[in-house]
Amino acid sequence: MGWFDRLIGRQASAKQAKDRLQLVLIHDRTDLSPAQLDALKDELIAVISRYIAIEPQAVEIQLSHEGREQYLVANIPLRPARRRR
Amino acid sequence: MSGTVVTITSGKGGVGKTTATANIAAALAQQGRKVVCVDADIGLRNLDLILGLENRIVYDLVDVVEGRCRLRQAMIRDKRLPNLFLIPAAQTRDKTAVSPTDMVHLCDELRKEFDWILIDSPAGIERGFRNAIAPADQVIVVTNPEVSAVRDADRIIGLIEAEEKGPARLLLNRLNPGMVRSGNMLAADDVLELLAIDLLGVVPEDEAVVVNANRGMPVALDAKSRAGRAFHNIARRLQGEEVPLMPLEEGSGLWQRLGRLFGKGV
Repeated sequence: MGWFDRLIGRQASAKQAKDRLQLVLIHDRTDLSPAQLDALKDELIAVISRYIAIEPQAVEIQLSHEGREQYLVANIPLRPARRRR
Repeated sequence: MSGTVVTITSGKGGVGKTTATANIAAALAQQGRKVVCVDADIGLRNLDLILGLENRIVYDLVDVVEGRCRLRQAMIRDKRLPNLFLIPAAQTRDKTAVSPTDMVHLCDELRKEFDWILIDSPAGIERGFRNAIAPADQVIVVTNPEVSAVRDADRIIGLIEAEEKGPARLLLNRLNPGMVRSGNMLAADDVLELLAIDLLGVVPEDEAVVVNANRGMPVALDAKSRAGRAFHNIARRLQGEEVPLMPLEEGSGLWQRLGRLFGKGV
C-alpha cells in the first residue's frame, strides 16, 4: 500500500482479505448461511420467551471459533423480574 | 522398512501441489532418503513433466492396479537422483480407474521398500482426492496467500479431519514478500490464524520455479534458488528436524533496507 492510499485512508487489501475470509470460513465450516442464522435466532427467542422474560432486541447470536472448533455463542439478556404484588 | 505415506493436496487447482511434491521428493532424495512419488492425478498427469521424466514412461499407475505390469515395471528411476522414483498417472483414463482400496494396497507394497511415499493429489474434493488421501499417514495442504486458495484449503482441511487423516500441515506456496510488506498480500501468520493448522513451510514466489519447470529439473536441485532452499527446509521438517523459517527477504544490507524504506510502503 503506497503513501497515497494511506493519505486517503484506504485499507490495505490484505486486511480486507483476512476480514472477509474470517466471515466466510465460519459459515463454510458450519454450513449455516447468515439467513439461516437469523431464522435460528428468531426461533430461539420464541422458545426461550415461553419460559422466561427476555429482551428480544438485545439478543446476540453468533458463530465464533477457537482454533478449528466452532461455537454458537448466544448472549440473551433477561428482563428484570417484576415484583409480585 | 516401513515408509511413511504423505499426501499433498489443496482443494484448489494451480496452487503448486505438483511442484511441491516433485521438490519435496527431490530434496528428500538429495538428503539420502529413498523416495517414490505417485501421481494420483489420473487423466491430467504432470508430475512426470515437472520431474523431467516424461519421455521414460512405459507403464503407469492404472497398469499396476489392473495387473498389466508388475509394480517395479511402472517405477521410473531418476537418473540424477538414484534414490528417487516416480509412478506416473495414466493419461487416457479417469479417476474411477483406481479405488481408495487400490491405493492402500499399492502403498502397503511401497512402504516395504521406500522411506517416503509422496502422493500428488488431484485438485477437487471428489474421487481423485479420496484415492489420494486413503493411504496417507500424513497430509500436507498446499495453498497460496489468496482468498480463493485459502477458502478451498479450509474446506479440504475439514474433509481431511472428517476422514480422520488429520491434523494436516500447511505449505504456504508462492508468497511474495514485497506484497506482504506493502499490506497487499496475506502474511503467513494471517493464513495460519485463519486456517488454524500447523505450518510446515513457506515457499517464496521465485522465478526459478518456472525456469526449472521449463527444463524438467526440480528447483530443489538448484541450491542457489530461494524456493529450492525452502523445499529443502520443508523436507528436513518432514523428517522431524527443527528448522527455523528462513527470512522472507534476501539481504538486510543498507541498500536493500533503504530501498525498502523508500519503496512503496514500509
